[in-house]
Amino acid sequence: MPKRTDIKKILIIGSGPIVIGQACEFDYSGTQACKVLKQEGYYVILVNSNPATIMTDPQTADRTYIEPITPEIVAKIIERERPDALLPTLGGQTALNTAVALAEMGVLKKYNVKTIGADIKSIKKAEDRRLFKEAMKKIGLEVPKSDKAYSLKQAHAVAEKIGFPVIIRPSFTLGGTGGSVAYNIEEFKELAKFGLESSMITEILIEESVIGWKEFELEVMRDGKDNVVIICSIENFDPMGVHTGDSITVAPVQTLTDKEYQIMRDASIACIREIGVDTGGSNIQFAVNPETGRMVVIEMNPRVSRSSALASKATGFPIAKIAAKLAVGFTLDEIPNDITRETPACFEPAIDYCVVKIPRFTFEKFPQADPTLTVSMKSVGEVMSIGRTFKEALQKAVRSLEIKKYGLESMLFPDPGAVSVSQETLDLIYSKLRIPNAERFFYIGDAFRAGMTVEAVHGLTKIDRWFLHNILEIIELEKVIVLNKPNFTRDVLLKSKEFGFSDVQLAKLTGLREEDISSLRVKWGIKPSFKIVDTCAAEFKAHTPYYYSSYDQSIS
Amino acid sequence: MNAILVLEDGMVFKGKRFGASGERFGEVVFNTSMTGYQEIVTDPSYKGQIITMTYTLIGNYGVNRDDTESRRPFVEGFVAKEFSAISSSWRSETSLDKYCAENNIVSIEGIDTRALTLHIREAGAMKAVLSTVDFDVNSLLRKVRAFPGLVGADLVKEVTSPKKYVWEEEKGRGSRYSVVVVDCGVKFNILRELAKRNCRVVVVPAQTTAQEILKMKPDGVLLSNGPGDPAAVGYVVETVQNLIGKVPIFGICLGHQMLGLAMGGKTFKLKFGHHGANHPVKDVHTGRVLITAQNHGFCVDIDTLNKKEIELTHENLNDHTAEGMRHKKLPIFSVQFHPEASPGPHDAEYLFDEFIDMF
Repeated sequence: MPKRTDIKKILIIGSGPIVIGQACEFDYSGTQACKVLKQEGYYVILVNSNPATIMTDPQTADRTYIEPITPEIVAKIIERERPDALLPTLGGQTALNTAVALAEMGVLKKYNVKTIGADIKSIKKAEDRRLFKEAMKKIGLEVPKSDKAYSLKQAHAVAEKIGFPVIIRPSFTLGGTGGSVAYNIEEFKELAKFGLESSMITEILIEESVIGWKEFELEVMRDGKDNVVIICSIENFDPMGVHTGDSITVAPVQTLTDKEYQIMRDASIACIREIGVDTGGSNIQFAVNPETGRMVVIEMNPRVSRSSALASKATGFPIAKIAAKLAVGFTLDEIPNDITRETPACFEPAIDYCVVKIPRFTFEKFPQADPTLTVSMKSVGEVMSIGRTFKEALQKAVRSLEIKKYGLESMLFPDPGAVSVSQETLDLIYSKLRIPNAERFFYIGDAFRAGMTVEAVHGLTKIDRWFLHNILEIIELEKVIVLNKPNFTRDVLLKSKEFGFSDVQLAKLTGLREEDISSLRVKWGIKPSFKIVDTCAAEFKAHTPYYYSSYDQSIS
Repeated sequence: MNAILVLEDGMVFKGKRFGASGERFGEVVFNTSMTGYQEIVTDPSYKGQIITMTYTLIGNYGVNRDDTESRRPFVEGFVAKEFSAISSSWRSETSLDKYCAENNIVSIEGIDTRALTLHIREAGAMKAVLSTVDFDVNSLLRKVRAFPGLVGADLVKEVTSPKKYVWEEEKGRGSRYSVVVVDCGVKFNILRELAKRNCRVVVVPAQTTAQEILKMKPDGVLLSNGPGDPAAVGYVVETVQNLIGKVPIFGICLGHQMLGLAMGGKTFKLKFGHHGANHPVKDVHTGRVLITAQNHGFCVDIDTLNKKEIELTHENLNDHTAEGMRHKKLPIFSVQFHPEASPGPHDAEYLFDEFIDMF
């Protein structure tokens, strides 16, 4: 399908302010969209309250309004500019909410503005818990079990049916009493009673708890011809219970068989079709019970999201740019893959490396804030790294955090060669593992330094054993390095570099200087190689210079 | 270093042994699937080949009974950047390491698989030797150059079932239809997909004649996937020629190529083949794109077929090769890709329904 000629002027709602929970990802996606639509000859009107963004640079749009993103102001802009279409799926949640409000105010109808990307009905279907649950039921997908109760007796019956642990959410509370988790009947008795009392209508929602389940995300794209492709699969290191924005995440998925992955893929495709996102990207989150494999849908973002920005950089597939093209009528098979040039964008990227994202926190700037990680996002940014293995990518990512850690260094043992473990230390490790926090992955390293097993750490954290075992391998290599210090063999140095150890880190571990380590590397010919992010795992020639470094053994 | 991969053009990769010990010869190819290593290793189409996984971390979720695609693996060798030291999955029954050791799959890890892939892409799929016993490059080069390779080799006879059998994994599924599957190295998921659709599935050895097949009075005949050069299995092509016009036929992968030959067409070898789970294929009639699983080194030259009888139904969007065809008058169609997936997307599953609709 060629591009639409029935629309000429397009209004894009921009990213808004940078706040905790929303960094510059929507500036990235919005800017891409403006550029693409202008290139295609559309007149682009942009509204954004944040002048400190790339998208508000004068060349980006044809007309830029630096105004508050409220329905009233945007309505005035519509009145003045008379756009043919509104593209609300590239500016994050604020843009979606504003679009819904404009529709409800009758502004879109009055000025005959079409929404492109996703229509108001599908936005509501994805955002409203009840509508979403119904939609998922219709296509045979499970969501966490839940039911309402109006009395203690009823509550008991519901909890018994669902099974512990359960989440109790009182409806209509004064002062917004939040949900609570009951792990057994004793806790439940008390919390259900309290919940019913704090609800103005004596109603609680009892929901199956999926805390500790494995968490996954799929980035999906759909075009006007109903072609659907998965751009990227993401597995969370931190299980359910920690907001995705605060979780360490890994691409592609690591611990699903193809059978399970394809079920998730089918579910994502069914989901984007049922919700009715006509064109563009969506992000769908799943939880999987690690013991039984039962899969439930958690939520869907009918728009470009934080994860889309990550997925774009992780795969080389420009989601926002393609989403903008799809919104004006192009189909995936008509758009060339920028990187390979010869193959179309209608495919699923194959990656041949491991991507790790670690959130960046600044609790030191908010001394009053509780540093426990929960379902509300607390990070202020994130870093992403690419390595050939998870171990390499993880240690590279740690360095990018710029928190004076040069790899998976110890929190508790300044000299990893002399680890002594008191009960007090162990207690600290236990609590740091059990309660999610910004430094948890460092404490996992310390747990292994203190001699804990993968099983024990899994018991406390519920983090998948595969991730934990990889961290254990890093710590085991660290032990070998320390044991032989200050001497190195070529094999150990090469393996250390492959495992992502930095020269600084190795210098600290061996008591040598950083320069000594690098001269050893030079002497032994251990050098990084640079590999291309090409969307296709080297199957086709790549034309874009997007590289990552890696210590991968070179050929002889 | 205790394992070595030597390519016939002299390229050498030194790495670590994984799985079994020994020395194996084959054509080295790469597969870009990020999941499904178990299905790949157990796919009989890989007979004669050494598979390189382009995804770097393999073995993470172990091996289980249900995801096996054949009675035993036939692959010659297995190559990855890093094989997982542990298996993490509620379905895992054994580790990939153990599985490879027990099934005599010689494997190597710790090599730069991207460099190897780039080399195959540029130079084409080629003969290689994977060894954990001989590390003398000159000796290995001599041996690999003496190895005959795949062109013209009948590998079907090595993987086909020695006896006729009825597929019984899906017991109690009913048996409204009867389908004969000509086993040239069939993947179990083809049988599962048919059984799911109410078929009684009889699997016959590749050497079975058309007469013997027709005697069973099947509602349809499926020509399976399989390894090697389609031009080397003249006896199956002859069987197909004798089936044409007498029974509905569905060909998959090698089955598609043999059908092409039976209808008078020619096949050719691709530079490095299609092996992966992300190949876009356009349905020529609907214009819709399917993301498909593929695993083939040979291809039907659609221009060598009679256009009055045969039409192209599917086209590969990456290199525009033929991915599917159909007879204009007879109930015969075939695809180059794998509608049974396993591993890979389910986008093309509906083709099994189209096959049933022909009965």
